[in-house]
Amino acid sequence: MLQHESFPGRSLRKILSGRWASPLAPSGDRYNSSAQTPEHFWALKDVSFEVARGDVVGIIGRNGAGKSTLLKIVSRITEPTEGCVVLRARMASLLEVGTGFHPELTGRENIFLNGAILGMSKAEIASNFDEIVAFAELERFLDTPVKHYSSGMYVRLAFAVAAHLNSEVLVVDEVLAVGDLAFQKKCLGKMNALSRVGRTVLFVSHNMAAVENLCRRGIVLDGGKLVFEGTSKNAVRHYLDRIFGAHDCTRHVIDLKAASDRRSPLLRQLEFYTNGNQPLVEGLQIGSRFKVRVHFELPHLTSNFNVGLGFNNAYGQRAFTAASQFTPNRSPVAVAGSQVLTCDIPSLTLTPGEYTVCVWLEIENAEADLANDAASILIIESDYYGTGKVPWNGTFVLKHHWYLEQPVRAS
Amino acid sequence: MPSSFEVTIRPRTGWQPVDIKEIFRYRELLGFLVWRDIKIRYRQTLLGGLWAVLQPLIAMLILTVIFNRLAGVKSDGPPYPLFAFAGLAPWTFFSTAVSQSSNSLVSNQALISKVYFPRVFIPLGAIGALLLDLSLSLGLLVLLMFYYRWPISAKVLWLPVFIVAAVLATSGVGLTFSAFNVSFRDVKYAVPFLMQMGIFVTPVIYPIHYIPGHWRMLMGLNPMTGVVLGFRYSLLGSAAPWPIMGLSLTVSLAIFAVGLLIFRRMERKFADII
Repeated sequence: MLQHESFPGRSLRKILSGRWASPLAPSGDRYNSSAQTPEHFWALKDVSFEVARGDVVGIIGRNGAGKSTLLKIVSRITEPTEGCVVLRARMASLLEVGTGFHPELTGRENIFLNGAILGMSKAEIASNFDEIVAFAELERFLDTPVKHYSSGMYVRLAFAVAAHLNSEVLVVDEVLAVGDLAFQKKCLGKMNALSRVGRTVLFVSHNMAAVENLCRRGIVLDGGKLVFEGTSKNAVRHYLDRIFGAHDCTRHVIDLKAASDRRSPLLRQLEFYTNGNQPLVEGLQIGSRFKVRVHFELPHLTSNFNVGLGFNNAYGQRAFTAASQFTPNRSPVAVAGSQVLTCDIPSLTLTPGEYTVCVWLEIENAEADLANDAASILIIESDYYGTGKVPWNGTFVLKHHWYLEQPVRAS
Repeated sequence: MPSSFEVTIRPRTGWQPVDIKEIFRYRELLGFLVWRDIKIRYRQTLLGGLWAVLQPLIAMLILTVIFNRLAGVKSDGPPYPLFAFAGLAPWTFFSTAVSQSSNSLVSNQALISKVYFPRVFIPLGAIGALLLDLSLSLGLLVLLMFYYRWPISAKVLWLPVFIVAAVLATSGVGLTFSAFNVSFRDVKYAVPFLMQMGIFVTPVIYPIHYIPGHWRMLMGLNPMTGVVLGFRYSLLGSAAPWPIMGLSLTVSLAIFAVGLLIFRRMERKFADII
């Protein structure tokens, strides 16, 4: 469907010398400036990949990696400096929500205008009109000028039109970042439906969960170069590793003193143990026992102190918090100096993946020390249910049973 | 199902031909852009479409009082108000359309930087919307002709030719100015001035025979000379100096062709520098 070859695009950041040279040549900016030397910046360089029919490809990368430039080139908005793109199907681009909306026109008029701008024919828009209005939930306000709409209504209308695009290829650029949570869920649902129908989609987003769920393939861009191409799951992991740095999961004693940026390093050390008090030196099977010994220091005599452990998944979302406040059975004796609190989790049933552990210490209900991203543990795929099938997708693995009820026969 | 559709995007250099197939494929969008401009021009105004005819009408009244009554400029046959209005209708179309289309790319920068469609549609859309205003003015002109009991002859069949010439001249100038305006915003400031001066070098206020013989051909270099004279010829039956009009119409065609080529060459960088 799409085929890029060796593909840099160029944005001239500084002025070219010779301001009056060839005014008809459409090159770059001609501001009033005394800059002498041209400074060139390759927004993309040597990016090549192919997208087959029905592929749903996620394009991820940091800000400034070149994702939007790539989409602009594929959408024919910016011209490549070198290389070429071969498109073998009709394409519609959603680089922004509400492109072409005019505030003076009514919702009804804007549906037609926006649809036409996105490439739908008048007949198509007319036949989908009712569905568009229903998706946007704006029946009552169709004939009010859009300038009176709230931003939420505006975005709903814009996405409703875009959601009914019928091109074979769809290019989407982070448009799902706008709107409230309910709206985002709706959009994701629609995108999911599109991908299941076999539409080819190029999806740029910072929402790693969305990329992993919606896309089958993933491409990571960094500094204008293509640094990874593979399944979306691996692409997301590659990207997150680049950002956060891969952790070493094989050490069972973690020294916390070295962690920077802490006012008072009272947390000293973490020790990880698993079944049978064995030190944890490799991945943890799902449901294994997980014991953490936290070494810390109390600067003065107190009985009111608490330690907490947070387990964050690869997306940075908190999967589980273990805090000493939650459990009873603590002696009210006042202590000071070096202490060790042990957290004993009989069965850690998180889904396979890498989890970063953060740990904090509270003294007298005030935070005394915090080590974010202190360590990593790896939960490995294992046959938790004993059925030969490894559990996947989700945050937790929980015990459950399925029952087949006798079917009721209608006579 | 496999489609035979294929488009290759490559860096372009030099002069580009006009892509007729692509314009045909996107033709509905041009209609929508014209429709959009028409709708928004007079939205939330009190007088609405009346403005389309008020501008040439009031100009005609002022010209009649100042130039005809006070300064003694005489028309070449018809009553002066008719004479002036017949020239003002196409001239107002030209000056308004050039002003609007010159700035159209810049004011539509959101569209240009986010969606692809043939960029010519933006200035052409602005010009197309004003054709409606032109037809309203022509309607008023017909009413005025009834009022002055001035007969319409078969020459009116030539009118479409001159309307097309007006569109060509306007489009040529509009496309060129809009393309340059993206890089050099000076254009936006120069255009109102040019249009103000332009009315004096076009035979709108005075008949062409006021210009001495050897200078008259020079008026032919103005693309709107032929259009204005042609409007008067077809509607009012005034004398038509064909050599001058021929030259003017050729200039219109040339400006259109050149404007289109210039636009096509410059359009690939619009999204980057707008």
